[in-house]
Amino acid sequence: MAAMTVHLDVVSAEENLFSGRVESLQISGSEGELGIMPGHAPLLTTLKPGMARIVKQHGDEEVIYLSGGMLEVQPGSVTVLADVAVRGGDLDEQAALEAKQRAEEHISNASADVDYAEVAAELARAVAQLRVIQEANKYKK
Amino acid sequence: MAGGKEIKDKIGSVKNTQKITSAMEMVAASKMRRAQDSMAATRPYAEKIRNVIGHIACGQLEYRHPYLEEREVKRVGYIVISTDRGLCGGLNVNLFKSVLKDSAQWQEQGAEVEFALIGSKAAGFFTSFGANVVAQKSGLGDQPSVTDLIGSVKVMLDAYDKGDIDRLFVVYNKFVNTMSQKPTIDQLLPLPKSDDDEITHRWDYIYEPDAQVLLDQLMVRFVESQVYQGVVENLASEQAARMVAMKSATDNAGNLIDDLQLVYNKARQAAITQELGEIVAGAAAV
Repeated sequence: MAAMTVHLDVVSAEENLFSGRVESLQISGSEGELGIMPGHAPLLTTLKPGMARIVKQHGDEEVIYLSGGMLEVQPGSVTVLADVAVRGGDLDEQAALEAKQRAEEHISNASADVDYAEVAAELARAVAQLRVIQEANKYKK
Repeated sequence: MAGGKEIKDKIGSVKNTQKITSAMEMVAASKMRRAQDSMAATRPYAEKIRNVIGHIACGQLEYRHPYLEEREVKRVGYIVISTDRGLCGGLNVNLFKSVLKDSAQWQEQGAEVEFALIGSKAAGFFTSFGANVVAQKSGLGDQPSVTDLIGSVKVMLDAYDKGDIDRLFVVYNKFVNTMSQKPTIDQLLPLPKSDDDEITHRWDYIYEPDAQVLLDQLMVRFVESQVYQGVVENLASEQAARMVAMKSATDNAGNLIDDLQLVYNKARQAAITQELGEIVAGAAAV
């Protein structure tokens, strides 16, 4: 028997990243990691910077980086409304590393004119990007 | 008949105007392509968030958000999105007409009307008209950003929260295709229900972290994204309308030049004939 699937849409403000049937979705919600399988109860949650790992209908996997957003789950469909989303393969590892370094420096020599929350958010985004890049590289090999 | 020199000058000036309009046409055409791309890019988000909101409006939620409650309508708010510049045919005028018609219906029912205006054409029109304007914003340029709009949207949302307005609409030109743009009035608040019929039983979401926080965030984002989508569509409509208007202006200038050229040739021919006649008559007299 073919695996159960559910319709997933991943959209960001700029583009439509994914639309199709999936076997499962793994995503970082604001309260922790979530695994969504077909037939999940209705759920509404915010997302934190992190990745979405999609297992497509025939077992292919794809990773997408999300900078945050919202997730809605309905029995028949799942919708990810992302603020910014980038496909794993399109991320720039060098830029992410630099961003991480910059953010860490800002935090270690914290002065009054640095907005701590903003820098922390930036660091979280950079770390999430790096994680996505690592995952994406795994699939390439 | 006017002298040849005057007609020649007139042709020259029409030719200059034609050059300008045809340049504007080409600029509008290239801007339209870009505006259309950005419109296509943001459309999925706006549609999906509208779907999600539609689901929410159908559900029996533990926390009834004020944006979901239908209230008796005493005041109506419109966010009117217009262009910043003119020379785009009847685009803005058609839009304003449909707003006035719609708001007149509310006024008949005894409701007052408030406007938040985006774009300087709307500002000019509604202030001269003496309408009740609560917010205005212009100069968004060719690449509007969501942050530019938040101010005007927030004024309206605050008014809704305080109960100053009971219904909120967004008005913009929907881009159908290059030749046709349709003035559109969409209801933002209270939230329109989804047409999705499959979910009819009683249900509620699981919320993480908290229903109120989540819904607040989602609703505000929804309104912002709808207004932003309106702005982007309006921008594409503006460029398309300008392109068409400038194309017909260029064509008209061409016709005008042809007509003037004919008048000029006739005048020249008449002058030559007259001169010849004079010479012949002079020779005969001798």
